Amino acid sequence: MNITAYVVLSAILFTIGCVGVLTRRNAIVVFMCVELMLNASNLALVAFAKQHGNLDGQVAAFFVMVVAAAEVVVGLAIIMTIFRTRRSASVDDASLLKY
Amino acid sequence: MFAFHEGGAVPVVDPTSADGVFSLLWLVIALPLAGAAILLIGGRLTDKWGHLLATLLPIGSFGIALAMFVGVLGRDDSDRQVSQHLYTWFETGHLNVGMDLLYDPLSALFLLLITGVGSLIHVYSIGYMAHDPRRRRFFAYLNLFLAAMLMLVLSENYLGLFLGWEGVGLASYLLIGFWQHKPSAAAAAKKAFVINRVGDMGLSLAIMLFFITFGSTSFTVISAGAGDASDTTVTILGLLLLLGACGKSAQFPLQAWLLDAMEGPTPVSALIHAATMVTAGVYLIVRSNFIFELAPHAQTVVVVVAVISILWGAWIGCAKDDIKKALAGSTMSQIGYMMLGAGLGVAGYAFAIFHLLTHGFFKANMFLGAGSVMHGMDDDVDMRHYGAVRKAMPVTYLTFAMGYLAIIGFPGFSGFWSKDKIIETALADNWIVGLCALLGAGVTGFYMTRLMLLTFFTEKRWEKDVHPHESPSVMTVPLIVLAALSVLGGVMLAGDWIVDFLSPVTGVAPHEDPPIPALAVTVIAVAVVAVGVALAWFLVGKRDVPREAPQDVSWVTKAGRNEVYGNLINDTLVVNPGRHLTTALMATDKYAVDGTLTGGPVAIGAVASVARRLQNGYVRSYAFSVLAGGLIVLLALLVVNAA
Repeated sequence: MNITAYVVLSAILFTIGCVGVLTRRNAIVVFMCVELMLNASNLALVAFAKQHGNLDGQVAAFFVMVVAAAEVVVGLAIIMTIFRTRRSASVDDASLLKY
Repeated sequence: MFAFHEGGAVPVVDPTSADGVFSLLWLVIALPLAGAAILLIGGRLTDKWGHLLATLLPIGSFGIALAMFVGVLGRDDSDRQVSQHLYTWFETGHLNVGMDLLYDPLSALFLLLITGVGSLIHVYSIGYMAHDPRRRRFFAYLNLFLAAMLMLVLSENYLGLFLGWEGVGLASYLLIGFWQHKPSAAAAAKKAFVINRVGDMGLSLAIMLFFITFGSTSFTVISAGAGDASDTTVTILGLLLLLGACGKSAQFPLQAWLLDAMEGPTPVSALIHAATMVTAGVYLIVRSNFIFELAPHAQTVVVVVAVISILWGAWIGCAKDDIKKALAGSTMSQIGYMMLGAGLGVAGYAFAIFHLLTHGFFKANMFLGAGSVMHGMDDDVDMRHYGAVRKAMPVTYLTFAMGYLAIIGFPGFSGFWSKDKIIETALADNWIVGLCALLGAGVTGFYMTRLMLLTFFTEKRWEKDVHPHESPSVMTVPLIVLAALSVLGGVMLAGDWIVDFLSPVTGVAPHEDPPIPALAVTVIAVAVVAVGVALAWFLVGKRDVPREAPQDVSWVTKAGRNEVYGNLINDTLVVNPGRHLTTALMATDKYAVDGTLTGGPVAIGAVASVARRLQNGYVRSYAFSVLAGGLIVLLALLVVNAA
């Protein structure tokens, strides 16, 4: 089975996520881009698992999903709190912790 | 009679242990020490009666000293050295230092001088310091001084002597700077202390060398073993002891502190800086005769130092207008005579001590007289503001005149006998030294006559609002006693008593016929003094004395006013190079040492202050760092795998 198309799609998704994280200011969008990158890697894991014919990659994908779910819970809570105190969801506004 | 070195003329110290009245020896030191302790610890509680207690205690010491003196007179020559072991001071390794006291003819005479003149000056101070708010402290320091000075002359070893030596240095420092609100007094105290440190270094090195060479610092051990030490060692010891003596006795080249020391109250100048402490150097040399007799080179240096000091001090005395500083120059010169006697060896030791005693009487007398004049003249010390004081202060004038006649060596007075003997011995030893001593005697006649004329004769030059008056009897009685001693001090020479009395310590000089008959020397000396006196009469007494010191004077006078440039010499040779050295050392420490040590941390700090800019607080830039890091790892893996 040829997995080239899956891997290419995975790379495109990962790159979009990456660029989004680096360029967008809105914390929600940045968060979504992170999720996009996670899912891109999931796609790659599953594709390679299919090619090799074992379940290791798929198991790893499940773990990634579980971690992502937990991360969403924590991350959204942090974004909520920041928004409540600063009336802004921009990641550039939360820049107090520096030199 | 008494024991001698092998081949030497100097007897060894071989005391018997104390009994009878001599067992009170420790009390002589303890009484004034207790006085100092009570007054200093008791504080304001003792303000009302402290000065009376402090005066009674030295009188008590004097009583004991007198009883012991009578006791020692009743003994044989061989039995006149008594020692008392109080306790072991400290014991470490091979060094065992006892707190031992030695009472012999030499310390007997010193004991009488210190406690006797000391008591008189305490009495005088009751009047002189009556209105000083810190009177109690003054008397406490005076008692401390007496205790230290008595320790100095009574100790049986060099370490105990050093204890007293440093103690009198401390008391001298405290008393010169007694009026500490005056910056000049504080500076003078510091100067005296620092210059004395140079001498003290010599003495402490000598003590270390004593321990290395003889394994002990006791006079008994050292005097017995001195003959076995090498010539070089005894010469070095002699020179080190001389350095110590020069510091304490204000002899060339460590003389610069004595004139500044006149910043202290006048009783201090009389007791410490004329009669007793400054003569400690002479005591040290006479006490160490068992070293100096074996070190002829060191003795020569003593004589040279003494002659320079005689003329140097006399020169200063001629030019100073400050009455106390003129007397201080004279003190330096007279101590020069004592040092000269001490440097002449067995023939001169007794005369050095004789002159020391008579000088103690007449110089204390004149200093106290000067204090009495100052007391009446509103503390003015400039003799150009005096003149004709004799009418206002007859007792001070008459007593001062006795001191004056004694110091110039007027026939019959105490100074005549003592100075004449030293000049005679010097002439017999070396005619150049003898002539210098004669010249010094002439100059003494000049400057003392000048001082006398400016103060008590000539027309009055004091301001209208100054009303000179005679001092209270508590001040004049000590003056009268000291004046009597100045006149009669020569009795000690009757039948060569003092020479015989001191012979258990100083040894007996072989009898030699002098090259010039003694009577001729006496006549010449009196003639030279008469020339000095006449010169002063024509230069000072016959002329008008300006109230302000004239500035268009010869270089001789200028040099004398500047203390023969002693301070300039010290500044050029020692103080300024020392300052430059300190500055250089501080710069080295700051830039080289500190620079090396702090350079590393400073460089790291500088790098960090640049690097911390990376922590800019933007999440996105951190994310970019993570990405870039990941990419680098990836590329590195590819490169490694491709290779």
